[in-house]
Amino acid sequence: MTSHRCAEGGTAIDRTDTVGFTVDGRQYFGLAGDTLASALLANGVRVMGRSFKYHRPRGLMAFGVDEPNALFTVTTDGVREPNVRATEIEIFDGLAVESQNRWPSLDNDLMAINQLGGKALAAGFYYKTFMGPVIGPLKGTRFWMMCEHVIRRAAGLGRPGTAPDKSRYERINAFCDVLVIGGGLAGLKQAHEAAETGRHVIVCELEPRWGGAADGKKESEIRQIVESLESRPNVTLLTRTTVWGWYDGNMLAATERVSDHLKTAPEGAPRQRHWVIRAEHVALATGALERPIVFPGNDRPGVMLADAGRRYTETFGVLPGQHLAVFANNDSAYATAAALRHAGANVRAIVDVRPEIGAAAQRLADRAGGALKLGHAVVGTSGAKGLKSISVARYNHETRSFSGGAEEIETDCLLVSGGWSPVVHLASQAGANPVWDDALQAFLPPKPDAHWSVHGAAAGDLDFDHDLSPAPAPVFEIGHPGKAFVDFQHDVTADDVRLAHREGFRSVEHLKRYTTLGMATDQGKTSNVPGLAIMADALGKPIPDVGTTRFRPPYTAASLGSIAAERYGDLFPHRLTPMHDWHGDHGARMYAAGHWERPESYNRPGETVEQAYVREAKTVRSGAGLVDVSTLGKIDIQGPDAADFLNRVYTNGFAKLPVNKARYGLMLREDGFAMDDGTTWRLAENRFLITTTTANAGKVMSHLELCLDVHWPDMRVHVTSVTDQWAGAAIAGPKSRDVLAACVTGTDVGNDALPFMGIVHGAVSGVPVMICRLSFSGELAYEVYCGAHHGTHVWEALMAAGEPFAIAPYGLEALGTLRIEKGHVTAAEIDGRTTARDLHLDWMLSSKKPFVGSAMMNREGLTDQSRWTLVGVVSRSGEKLHGGSHVVAGDRDGPGPGLGHLTAMAFSPEINAYVGLALVEDGGNRIGQHLYATDPVRSGTHIPIEIVSQHMVDPKGERMHG
Amino acid sequence: MIIPCPFCGPRDLSEFAYCGDADNLAARPDPAASDQSSWNAFVYDRTNPAGDHAEIWQHAGGCRRHLRIVRNTVTHAISDVTMPGAKA
Repeated sequence: MTSHRCAEGGTAIDRTDTVGFTVDGRQYFGLAGDTLASALLANGVRVMGRSFKYHRPRGLMAFGVDEPNALFTVTTDGVREPNVRATEIEIFDGLAVESQNRWPSLDNDLMAINQLGGKALAAGFYYKTFMGPVIGPLKGTRFWMMCEHVIRRAAGLGRPGTAPDKSRYERINAFCDVLVIGGGLAGLKQAHEAAETGRHVIVCELEPRWGGAADGKKESEIRQIVESLESRPNVTLLTRTTVWGWYDGNMLAATERVSDHLKTAPEGAPRQRHWVIRAEHVALATGALERPIVFPGNDRPGVMLADAGRRYTETFGVLPGQHLAVFANNDSAYATAAALRHAGANVRAIVDVRPEIGAAAQRLADRAGGALKLGHAVVGTSGAKGLKSISVARYNHETRSFSGGAEEIETDCLLVSGGWSPVVHLASQAGANPVWDDALQAFLPPKPDAHWSVHGAAAGDLDFDHDLSPAPAPVFEIGHPGKAFVDFQHDVTADDVRLAHREGFRSVEHLKRYTTLGMATDQGKTSNVPGLAIMADALGKPIPDVGTTRFRPPYTAASLGSIAAERYGDLFPHRLTPMHDWHGDHGARMYAAGHWERPESYNRPGETVEQAYVREAKTVRSGAGLVDVSTLGKIDIQGPDAADFLNRVYTNGFAKLPVNKARYGLMLREDGFAMDDGTTWRLAENRFLITTTTANAGKVMSHLELCLDVHWPDMRVHVTSVTDQWAGAAIAGPKSRDVLAACVTGTDVGNDALPFMGIVHGAVSGVPVMICRLSFSGELAYEVYCGAHHGTHVWEALMAAGEPFAIAPYGLEALGTLRIEKGHVTAAEIDGRTTARDLHLDWMLSSKKPFVGSAMMNREGLTDQSRWTLVGVVSRSGEKLHGGSHVVAGDRDGPGPGLGHLTAMAFSPEINAYVGLALVEDGGNRIGQHLYATDPVRSGTHIPIEIVSQHMVDPKGERMHG
Repeated sequence: MIIPCPFCGPRDLSEFAYCGDADNLAARPDPAASDQSSWNAFVYDRTNPAGDHAEIWQHAGGCRRHLRIVRNTVTHAISDVTMPGAKA
């Protein structure tokens, strides 16, 4: 009998409620209230994990979040959550877990053969080994990458699953005056004090119960405070809630494990809840973690932190062993020895490196019984799968010398205490550098400011009972031959730390990265200070001079599911035009253009997309077509200085634009590159409506607002986005005027009343409309705008009026075809790298006034003749071009350097060939050249093309002016 | 980070868009002047201080005003929020 459940005791368990669970399919029983760790311990299980590199058997070392060894994979409905500490898994009926990093089983792990390669697997193994020499046909590192695959399988932690996580998670934002982190006695007292003053207090405790590490005698005091806090409306109490991140401005992140400990979550309850807490003041009461001592064989199952032994006994009524030994450098373990003796264990020996101890410790040692070995150290352990005995030798910790022979003491559980480390992680995350305290041999938080405070053991206030001294002897390692582990989870030994030092890794940051000390899932909770101490020793410096690394969030692992909460799946916002449903009802295939859903083409039965858009484009060129242009950005600009404002932001002049006329406009960025184009309609002396490309609507709006807010705050202009207020339909084609004449009332739409770029106001089917004669397609065309709520009504009226003229709706593909044929640019060409000249828009650059970009647009690099300029391309082989293809001069065998790329392509019914637009180096001088469009990675095509003018159809613009 | 918007009150960072260095934007050269070097400096030269930095942020998800904010680039502490362009 080693570890076992005592006949009585255990504050957390219900002895009447037996709970069944499985580990690797094997059935175990525990009691309600048990953690997986306490239940397995009660079952006498000693090996709870296999180590990372050497596959050494490992047992339980700690009681809580600092546990490095006992990691399991929790399997729920086929969903795997790896690397969960057994100390944090609360058991329930039907809980199923798997052990990790072992093959074929935890008890018989064949990979333990890795231990024989101990020297070869020392620190830096990967860095040294995976530098590739050439071996036969295997070049460079390729061979080693193959080996790495095998080795990585042998070394590691748990394996995540691939099944989707079906659990539900929640997020919550909370605000409070005081956030108390840690529900031990110090935290509860602090919460009570703050709550009394009426402040809003949130208290987070990571364990399921209040009281933290306080021993059982304080239970009634704790219950009293908790009951008082529970009765107050200004206090929120959260258990099973780990605060794991402290960010700028006192914003903290916490995970509440709402139903992980339950067989089934209550109706509506999430699995976990992610808290974002903004606190005026943070009160840290995070306690302290006991440190191990580094000595040979210190990782054998049965070697446990002393206080963990006490807590298993008090909380769960589980004795970690029958024949105990204690190894300490401080007084605190003596209380544990006495308590465990009281609970029924047999204390064989107390080994202390100190030659003398105080009267209080001596009294407890007498109560515990067993041999008191002062001035001694444990120098070895034995036992195949669990501790059977320890070797103890006389040791002078000041001279670090051993004397006399080693004595064997039979024991099944060694309780170790190497002193206490206050939990400074969160303060360190927030930027407060810990300060070394010589008396406590530990890092303490620095002096807090008004935004935070620190209380209890976290502040170094280690208030041990029985007048015990909190000061340990400065002993971190017993330097005796044998594998002595510092970081249990990453299998880093004391020798590894020294090896790193010998190889030149002398900064603590380098040490950490080279040995991976403290980089495992436990983030070095037990290994940090011992590792630093060994490093300091190697460097011959005091510990504070070596410094510590800054802790990063999270304090303990947080599930990505809880952080994402409901934010998964299709989160992309969809903007729909007022005519959206009509499009769907008429066969439109919708296409996502930025946030907008736009019709791609209106496919008739049996038609491909290409057949549909070619038909639609032909309809526009021969009759009339209707396209939804509601997505264009629309900005209403009003004020006495509106015309002057537009003069400053557009490259061309607007001051003289008459009312009820529109003008094409171009905006540059301050650096002289093109930003966006669109049309500007003067609706009144002091009122303009501008349109932007669909893609740049938001950018242009912010740009105009910045100009008004920051550059010209005195201008009397107001800009308002009205994109969603107007529905727009463009009617294009030689019959478009006839269609309008058939349905527009209240205004003449003839050539005299409505010339090119003219604006009229009228009505369609009783709805007021604003019509501007502009053309993107190159045909006679009009844009008809009406209030968004009437969009479908007006659209249907236009379709009905067009029926005698065989009008057809057309989509983005046909729109693209028409504009490509005309060489009109969109955001595909105004891509942030092109200038007005590159796009043949230099006729729009006014020389009579300054405008945004005018000072920078004539720089040498922006006027260079060889810049990529806009051209048209025609496929010479009849092959379909691919947008994004590169333009090259050579054939497939010798393509030569890239000369540019295709920005758009379509099949042109007018030219009866695949055509495109391209930005090509020195494009203006390449008209007529035969080049290639190459697309080697995607379609593998290499197509002969001819460079032509971008005005491929109706270059003089006679159609749209007709 | 919480930005105290003078119009909307203290609001989360996610509602704001960063628009550039406030001192740089305030120093936009006279558009009529053709001094290329001052324009080069305006468009390209930026300081990168560790400490207080005057910045323009737009409350894009709120009132849409541009604000001049003094933010410590090390601690993200905001020490001043004013209206850009206002006469000092």
